[in-house]
Amino acid sequence: MITLTFIEPDGTAKPVSVAPGLTLMEAAMRNNIRGVVAECGGQCSCATCHMQIDAAYFDRVGAPVDDEEDMLDFAEERGETSRLGCQVEIEDSFDGMVIRIPSVQG
Amino acid sequence: MDDVVIIGGGQAASACALRLRANGFEGRVAIYGAEPALPYQRPPLSKAYLKGRMEADRLLLRPAALYANLGIEIHSGVQALNLNTATRRVAMSDNANVPYGHLVLATGATPRRLPEAQGGGLENVFTLRSLSDADALRPHIRPGQRLLVVGGGYIGLEMAAVAARAGMEVTLIEAQPRILQRVAATETADAIRALHLREGVDLREGVSLDRLLGDGKRAGLAALSDGSAVGVDLVVVGIGVTANEQLARNAGLSVQNGILTDGQCRAFAPGIYAAGDCAVFPFRGQPTRLESVQNACDQGEYVADHICGTAKGPYAPQPWFWSDQFDSSLKIAGLNRGHDRVIRRVGEKPGAESIWYYAGETFLAVDALDDPRAYMMGKRWLAEGVSPDPKALADPSIPLKTIGLLTQTAESTA
Ligand SMILES: Cc1cc2nc3c(=O)[nH]c(=O)nc-3n(C[C@H](O)[C@H](O)[C@H](O)COP(=O)(O)OP(=O)(O)OC[C@H]3O[C@@H](n4cnc5c(N)ncnc54)[C@H](O)[C@@H]3O)c2cc1C
Ligand code: FES
Repeated sequence: MITLTFIEPDGTAKPVSVAPGLTLMEAAMRNNIRGVVAECGGQCSCATCHMQIDAAYFDRVGAPVDDEEDMLDFAEERGETSRLGCQVEIEDSFDGMVIRIPSVQG
Repeated sequence: MDDVVIIGGGQAASACALRLRANGFEGRVAIYGAEPALPYQRPPLSKAYLKGRMEADRLLLRPAALYANLGIEIHSGVQALNLNTATRRVAMSDNANVPYGHLVLATGATPRRLPEAQGGGLENVFTLRSLSDADALRPHIRPGQRLLVVGGGYIGLEMAAVAARAGMEVTLIEAQPRILQRVAATETADAIRALHLREGVDLREGVSLDRLLGDGKRAGLAALSDGSAVGVDLVVVGIGVTANEQLARNAGLSVQNGILTDGQCRAFAPGIYAAGDCAVFPFRGQPTRLESVQNACDQGEYVADHICGTAKGPYAPQPWFWSDQFDSSLKIAGLNRGHDRVIRRVGEKPGAESIWYYAGETFLAVDALDDPRAYMMGKRWLAEGVSPDPKALADPSIPLKTIGLLTQTAESTA
């Protein structure tokens, strides 16, 4: 298990303990993180699992490609380190990472 | 009084319960669901899960512990049998007689079956709605076997795509003149048809099933309305669903193609709401029933807000839907009902295209095929209630982000 910290839209920091192999979206849903909607359940179809990744970890997480990049390009609050949480599988090296949830999804 | 009893353990039920707690609701929240499983996602049942690419526990919307921590009771495998609106109690299949202050009917829908006389009772004939349906169906998806899909709606088409990719010989028949007749424009159907033909699906439109023939146990041959017959090892019927309205009807609530509600999701009896696939609500002046995750979630959440007194205005959804077939992804924003013309736009990437629906100068909906940019932009415009210039849309050399808006704004969705 590793520890991730989600910052909810109102600024609340929620540390969670998660198993590598799940996606960031799944980790958020299982821990009831506010601001993550994930309507399509991880199909890269809704862009309602938008998250902003800790800049220090972004190399490890990697940049979005293809459909994910296209979805994000039109998403609200797109940032330098934006990802769709359902497209990021959690790895051991993410331990300690902080993830910010934007205030609007979609 | 300060309690919420939710009937039906699906997507709408889960969304409603979670939102009640997110709103700080402290009373009892209890979900009674007929299925044995915790609330789960249905869309993967005809996509990743059917392909065997997703484990069952990843279908769950939330883990058991999360509901428990939030004090949300989930009574799985319990069916509501009788609703008494006078005593405000619901009789359950486990003999409990549960009182309610607020009652949310989120009972979903049931697939239409093939009549017995046509062979609907044969053992290799399936419908696809629940996890147990998918589990029963999955072992029959085997290379070289012959599948007949009855019905060219989204579920039938997704089924055909999964089976064709798994090496089955697939025939799909649609009784209407074309696939997706009820839900999409000719242009969208054309693109989807082309996908299936390219992948070797024998897709026949304007053809219906006369009957399945077999040895009394299994169907072996399907006699079709065009006079032909196809051999079958497996039959999947995807001819739509009917709303689960029996409980409401027997209690004397108003039902018509679903449980009728007012603009605030209230069924016409004290303390009772309906949400999700089972609910009919007024949308742009017409009784409307949607079958989508978007609607199940948003209506479930709206009901929670209404109970907590925080709902703003009537329920005003921003409909959206998706369907994955072969390697293609169709994403739909808006509701195209009432359109009088469509604009086709060729996307930036090879194979990408989008179909834009208008009623006069009002933009209603977009079907985006392998074109997430068109989907996202369309969804944004719909949320803002504006209509992009159709002439500019038709010109692929004009980037989406620079397309101008018509001065007239779209009608309010309320
Ligand atoms: C194979 C498949 C693929 C789909 N794909 C998509 C897609 O790609 N995109 C999309 O947006 N939507 C899709 N949908 C539709 C979407 O899943 C539904 O709209 C959504 O699940 C509706 O949620 P609901 O909570 O209203 O109903 P349901 O999820 O059907 O839940 C209702 C539950 O209530 C239970 N119930 C009924 N009566 C009683 C009773 N009397 N007592 C107790 N429990 C009862 C039922 O057993 C059921 O478990 C798909 C559906 C299917 C079946
Ligand atoms: S959950 Fe829908 S795009 Fe990630």
